[in-house]
Amino acid sequence: MSGLFSEFMIRAALAGLGVALAAPWLGVFVVWRRMAYFGDAVAHAAVLGVALSLMLELPVVLGVMGVAVIVALAIAAMETPRGGIGADSLLGVLSHGALAFGLIAVSFLPGARLNLEAYLFGDILAVSWGDVAVIWGGAAAIVGVIAWRWRALLTSTVNPDLAWSSGMNPDHDRRILTLALALLVALAIKVVGALLITALLIIPAAAARPLSRSPEVMLVAGMGIGAVSALCGLGLSYEFDTPAGPSIVAVAVVAFALGRLMPARSAA
Amino acid sequence: MTSLIEAAAVSAGFAGGTVLRDVDFHIDPGEIVTVVGPNGSGKSTLLRLLVGAIPPRGGRITRRPDLRVGYVPQRLSIDPTLPLTVSRFLDLPRPADRAEKLALMDRVGIRPLAAHPLTGLSGGQYQRALLARALLTRPNLLILDEATQGMDQRGSAEFYALIEALRAETGAAVLMVSHELHVVMSASDRVVCLNGHVCCEGTPEIVRSAPEYRALFGTGTHGALALYRHEHDHSHEHHHHHHQQHDERGTGT
Repeated sequence: MSGLFSEFMIRAALAGLGVALAAPWLGVFVVWRRMAYFGDAVAHAAVLGVALSLMLELPVVLGVMGVAVIVALAIAAMETPRGGIGADSLLGVLSHGALAFGLIAVSFLPGARLNLEAYLFGDILAVSWGDVAVIWGGAAAIVGVIAWRWRALLTSTVNPDLAWSSGMNPDHDRRILTLALALLVALAIKVVGALLITALLIIPAAAARPLSRSPEVMLVAGMGIGAVSALCGLGLSYEFDTPAGPSIVAVAVVAFALGRLMPARSAA
Repeated sequence: MTSLIEAAAVSAGFAGGTVLRDVDFHIDPGEIVTVVGPNGSGKSTLLRLLVGAIPPRGGRITRRPDLRVGYVPQRLSIDPTLPLTVSRFLDLPRPADRAEKLALMDRVGIRPLAAHPLTGLSGGQYQRALLARALLTRPNLLILDEATQGMDQRGSAEFYALIEALRAETGAAVLMVSHELHVVMSASDRVVCLNGHVCCEGTPEIVRSAPEYRALFGTGTHGALALYRHEHDHSHEHHHHHHQQHDERGTGT
């Protein structure tokens, strides 16, 4: 076994597939609920999480998850616009604030400084079997939780009061979505890096839209597009020696563009 | 019989201040109740309290254990990226029986639109889809929030006629909020006039003549009311008038 099918490539492919199959479960809701900025802010907070985990000598997944959860809850608490600043501007402040403070924190760590690129753009070729196990375990948890809350999340996406009147609790479900998002960020940082996590959330889901006549089809098509992007992106990266994370995202973008060019026959 | 839902001395508000204070409200099985009130009178807040979307600040809300609410919201927030056909929408929050779904789509007149995206419907079709979804949950209380928005007067009159017919068929109580006083009130058993508190309450006749109601809605609305009552109460004469007009025109030329 060598070349494209060497062990590190298989590990990378498995890591990429795990994240690509889990991301659309959250990605569709991020797209439908227009939470892209929110996803960005949580993903950028991951850099701060990396710095803190290295300082405190914690597993990176735990540190990233912890900071992502705190940032996500802080944003949710500030959701009602006040003080003369719009919700999107506030998210912009938090998102880039988290990134800036994260980069500064990383710069205080002599060893980590060299690895900065790995956390910003991912380092999928360096994942271990342990990382693969964590990614698939986390991905299974995300899929399980969202599948369990699917109807409630879909109902409250369409109209929160409709969910309330059906005996559901949209606030509760939004918190679940937020926590799952923080978990995905923690899983994906090694695969595509903090700067491109939102791309992995949004692009496969959005690319699936022209192919889909129902929410469930859009989810499954998003998973398919994500998986193909991960594998093709890795293959391209191997063949042309391009960075792996950006290559995966680039393939997804091409899929998105092709979908837009299709005749609008199924624009349900 | 016990009320389906009962609010006792309920108050509600946000950081900005109090929206509702000391509101007593109840709805009994099979009743059609309309809540009227000017903008900002707390109508929507009352509905949100009743469906459980917000907790009351004071007082208490009692729901009968077998209460099943079929909610028809004012509008949905469906992003264009969310593919949702009429048929799939009717499966929210949980999948409905196929035969029952088809029968209900027939009943409200949207069966040909089953595979149609929800976002492409006209105002009237849209509200009928929302109504069909609410009915599929087999409610004993149907709640409609400004259901005739975006419909012309004839469309909304037809819609209210459908609501009355459905009440008779299913026995469900109906709670409506509307600003279209003249149409909606005539279909109601009871009208609650709201303006931060309950100003007056009773049969449409009683509320119409209440000074509190007149103070809120003034003479403009009263004129529209009178017009509607004329059309509604004298529908037979209405035809007659038309004939007369034709005759007059005939003799004129």
